[in-house]
Amino acid sequence: MAKYLLKRLAYIIVSLFFIITITFFLMQAAPGGPFASEKKLTPALEEQMNEAYGLNDPLYEQYFNYLVNAFTFDFGPSFKYVGQDVIEIITRSFPYSLILGIESILIALSIGVLLGVIAAVKHNKFGDYTAMVIAVLGISVPSFIMATVLQYIFAIKLGALPVARFESFAHTILPAIALATTPLAFIARLMRSSMLDVLNSDYIKTAKSKGLGQRVVTYKHGLRNAILPVVSYLGPLVVSILTGSFIIESIFGIPGLGSEFVVSVTNRDYTVIMGTTVFFSVLLLVSILLVDLLYGLVDPRIKVAGKGGK
Amino acid sequence: MSKLLEVKDLSIAFDTYGGEVQAVRGVTFDLDEKETLAIVGESGSGKSVTAQSLMRLVPMPPGKFAGGSIVFNEEDLVEKSDKQMEGIRGKDISMIFQDPMTSLNPTMPIGKQISEGLIKHQNMSKKAAHNRGIELLKLVGIPNPERRIDQYPHEYSGGMRQRAMIAIALACNPKILIADEPTTALDVTIQAQILDLMRDVQEETGTAIILITHDLGVVANAANRVAVMYGGKIVETGNVNEIFYNPKHPYTWGLLSSMPKIDGDDEELLAIPGSPPDLADPPKGCPFAARCPYAMKVCENHMPEYTHLSETQQTACWLLDERAPDVEAPESAMVGGTKVHE
Repeated sequence: MAKYLLKRLAYIIVSLFFIITITFFLMQAAPGGPFASEKKLTPALEEQMNEAYGLNDPLYEQYFNYLVNAFTFDFGPSFKYVGQDVIEIITRSFPYSLILGIESILIALSIGVLLGVIAAVKHNKFGDYTAMVIAVLGISVPSFIMATVLQYIFAIKLGALPVARFESFAHTILPAIALATTPLAFIARLMRSSMLDVLNSDYIKTAKSKGLGQRVVTYKHGLRNAILPVVSYLGPLVVSILTGSFIIESIFGIPGLGSEFVVSVTNRDYTVIMGTTVFFSVLLLVSILLVDLLYGLVDPRIKVAGKGGK
Repeated sequence: MSKLLEVKDLSIAFDTYGGEVQAVRGVTFDLDEKETLAIVGESGSGKSVTAQSLMRLVPMPPGKFAGGSIVFNEEDLVEKSDKQMEGIRGKDISMIFQDPMTSLNPTMPIGKQISEGLIKHQNMSKKAAHNRGIELLKLVGIPNPERRIDQYPHEYSGGMRQRAMIAIALACNPKILIADEPTTALDVTIQAQILDLMRDVQEETGTAIILITHDLGVVANAANRVAVMYGGKIVETGNVNEIFYNPKHPYTWGLLSSMPKIDGDDEELLAIPGSPPDLADPPKGCPFAARCPYAMKVCENHMPEYTHLSETQQTACWLLDERAPDVEAPESAMVGGTKVHE
């Protein structure tokens, strides 16, 4: 197990190296720079700024400097926000995104799985159609429309929940739901098809032949086998929710990391672009590792290498 | 001996997009205590549907009972509610399936799969059920049951999984064990072991067995009585000797002829030409008429009644009518080279 984890850790570092390299050169290849804005700086001033931030060094030198710094967890200062480090920006804004992300993943998982199971058990009946209509709506309605509709109904018309900002739990409900809709619908569809497969399998017939009730058969024998596709979807889901929260964050006025990420790109704020990219990549790679470990827990047939022979 | 199970005129149909498929068309048979009844027939003859319907495991819809009754313990299982059936499945009647590779839950330890039934039907504690599980694994010949019980199905070989399936089926001492092609997915040496095991277990527990198979070798080995099914009907029943040494139905002859023989080394393997009838549009007369080399005009339009040849043997064939020509069973249908005459 320890050997397996070490191996995976090495893979993560290699992947990170490639991600940093590709992002760095793509970013440099894009036209413009951190100090290009509507208010044109005088050439002398711009030159001075470039010099101060080391942007006049040859590209390979900048690249190697960045690599060395990144592996010592020094992501440098922001070019746009004077006096702020990239680390500071991340630690300030990430908690918002994290809370929002966890809430919406929980919503998407629990309701998505439930809807999928209902749809499969009531195959081609009313329950199935209802669940699938919800799923199709969830997939086809973009999250920003969902967000505004939710705001209109619950905040403006009913006045039940706050419209925007991020101060208490009540503030998180609407954005979390808006963020969860698409993955929820996706999970429901995944769950439905895999549950249908499982419910038609031989071991479900065996379970029924033991005299177990429908509920026990579905949840004790079916669910654990049917949930595997959902588990493998969890990795990308975590990342898409954390990075994709930009739109929702701006609609609800939440100072999360998603908006920092997007703003940094339009600002050509090189260090922040790199910092957030590296951060999100680490998140993605670690969550994929966790999903692989979770896989082994859910299905005993999938043995993590080196764990066998107990 | 009293009758344990009486199936009368059982018909099962499936609604499909291509119309109603009559998978089982008026099947009548019974089962004595402690006996082994084999139901033989080719794919699509309705034998598996018959077996599964005894436990009401045929998915309904699209399946439905089109008539008949299944009387067990003086009660008709066709009339039972789903809830009542849950109390019978696994407790009084249990079932072994064809493919042990897929019929065990891959994410649940074997022991837990055995104890579920015990906990449900005999109100056992988890601990007691676990201990009974070890006993059962020992009974079905799994070495090291104390360790094996906590393993998952993928840690078992195919033969061991089928043994585990038998342990699950036997957990609550059922009165009837339905084995739906229990040896089809196993290799020949393991087949013999599983059949031996089933016989031993029957002696030990006294359960009656309904053995569904298309393998006459298995039948000869294991059964007391045989029902031959074709096109959703039972065309001939009899005890093992009658079916093997004195078969009267041309389909039974065909089945026996197509069995490879150990002494006929360079003989060609015989097959029954043609294919089984389309049960979405079943023939009016005898279902085998289209493939029967002895078919007469009457066969196409009228289903023959059963002719009682002995106390145990009955055959539905027009050849046994007094007006029919005398037809002898072909040489190839004779088992062991000698034909026993009445």
